[in-house]
Amino acid sequence: MPLNLSPNIPDPDGFYDELLRAHDGLTADESAAYNARLVLTLCNHIGDREIIRAALEAAK
Amino acid sequence: MVAVRYQTAFKLYPYEKVPAQSGPVQRHPVVIIGGGPVGLALALDLGKKGSPALVLDDHDGAGQGSKAICFAKRTLDIANRLGASGPMVHKGVVWNVGRVFHGDGQLFTFDLLPEEGHRNPAFINLQQPYFERFLVDEIRAAQNAGAPIEIRGRNRVTGVTVKGDHARVDVDTPDGPYQLEADYLIACDGARSPTRDMLGLSFDGRVFEDNFLIADVKMKADFPTERWFWFEPPFEGAGQSALLHKQPDDIWRIDFQLGWDIDRASELDPDRIRARVDAMLSSQTGTVPDYTLEWTSIYTFQCRRMERFRHGPVFFAGDSAHQVSPFGARGANSGVQDADNLAWKLDLVLKGLADDALLDTYATEREFGADENILNSSRATDFMTPKTNLSKLFRNAVLSLANTHAFARPLVNSGRLSVPCSYDGFDGFGPDAMDGPKVTRPGTTCVDAPVDNGFLLDHLEGAFTILALGGTAPAPVKAHGITTKIVHVATPGPALTDRYLGAKDRAVYLIRPDQHVLARWDDYDAAAISDAIATAIGKG
Repeated sequence: MPLNLSPNIPDPDGFYDELLRAHDGLTADESAAYNARLVLTLCNHIGDREIIRAALEAAK
Repeated sequence: MVAVRYQTAFKLYPYEKVPAQSGPVQRHPVVIIGGGPVGLALALDLGKKGSPALVLDDHDGAGQGSKAICFAKRTLDIANRLGASGPMVHKGVVWNVGRVFHGDGQLFTFDLLPEEGHRNPAFINLQQPYFERFLVDEIRAAQNAGAPIEIRGRNRVTGVTVKGDHARVDVDTPDGPYQLEADYLIACDGARSPTRDMLGLSFDGRVFEDNFLIADVKMKADFPTERWFWFEPPFEGAGQSALLHKQPDDIWRIDFQLGWDIDRASELDPDRIRARVDAMLSSQTGTVPDYTLEWTSIYTFQCRRMERFRHGPVFFAGDSAHQVSPFGARGANSGVQDADNLAWKLDLVLKGLADDALLDTYATEREFGADENILNSSRATDFMTPKTNLSKLFRNAVLSLANTHAFARPLVNSGRLSVPCSYDGFDGFGPDAMDGPKVTRPGTTCVDAPVDNGFLLDHLEGAFTILALGGTAPAPVKAHGITTKIVHVATPGPALTDRYLGAKDRAVYLIRPDQHVLARWDDYDAAAISDAIATAIGKG
């Protein structure tokens, strides 16, 4: 399965709100570290190296 | 003395002295304060049902300026039920194509391909004074047909006192003051509601520290009927965001988000406004079309609501009860939904068919609706005006991804168009005794669909209605003094089937007078319908 670049998240506004709230109270460095942990967690969920490689490219 | 606070666009209800000003104090079943979209819709709805409504307004017509300009489908559906939507849709501007820009570049365009099979478009752009005028036109027609509606222009409410089960109202007029009494007093008097202040009620919520410059410009030039929205616009002094869209009469509404620390007087200097408008209008073509400034204003906004919309005999509806940011057109639209919710309940109570407690459900339902609107408009505001570096980082990441990747576009939030809330799980609804489509579950507003040569909503005319699809035509149900209307569609078309039947070949829906689905079953069962009506009017 190729990298899905079509809308795929139900309730996008609720998701976005939840994502930002997860950063509430964090300093800039803490937020950056949190983002890094989040990316690693999500990459592990994806697992497929081809898809991760495509995502690394798509986000450039 | 009734001072003029603003200029009127249309004189709709000139002052006329009435005998009650010099006679003994008169008691009215329903007095509505404010002849804006909400008060007028409520009066028209009550009057058409045969219940009396007296509207007091401190001016003699619709205020100048476009104010609310975007009227959503649900509002048009309500206006259609009230007989007033024809001229609105005819006069209004429908747009489908939007362009979203970030700085110098265009991120993407979208085409709001409307779902087929609805009488009304997703929304129209129409200046508020027209909306009010068309409602008053219909009120005049209803009055001629005997509807007990009265509008008193230049009648300013100066005092409200709750006297147990009714309210005493002090009114000032060009001929001096008088008093009247109301069994039910409905304050539709706007975000600065004097009624709310007179009763000492608070209006708390989140203040967004921002100023918006509105300019309505008149432009005969051939300019596309599209909505253009900029994040971080590149024009000099344009602020954080800018918006351009079209209204009737060759008028274009332009909004500039200016930030908090501004000098209001200098920002309203026409030369300064023109410089901004020139930059915006020429940004895509390089040339400035001929235009004139018609109306300008600076406003700030808050997202807040009253804790309770009912205080004894006094009810608050529209902006007096709840205020939102302008993103998503949830002000006037949600206010008209308030009127839609309250009218049939007041009508039943006035006719002795329901207890006063039914009116409490107005407050619980519309407070919920207001919370949903406030949530949506707050999220849009947060996206458009990121409050922290981190939220700005994410916002700009979304914008840059949206340029090339479709997945990011639903996250771009410049306002979500007003849609009605669904009263899932609220008292008064149910049962959902049919495995039917989610879109028409109890609590939702009925979705439109073609029926015969017209549309379904045309048949839901403000009464309790049994909608039977497939099968045979059922008999009306008489319960608790209410006789249902019957709408039977023997052979539903594809859209009606998709929206109301799903995989089933027949269904029976019970619809509230405000077109919300109350309950649904596989088959007609008069006793179950009678029970559902009892539940809906608080006698279950």
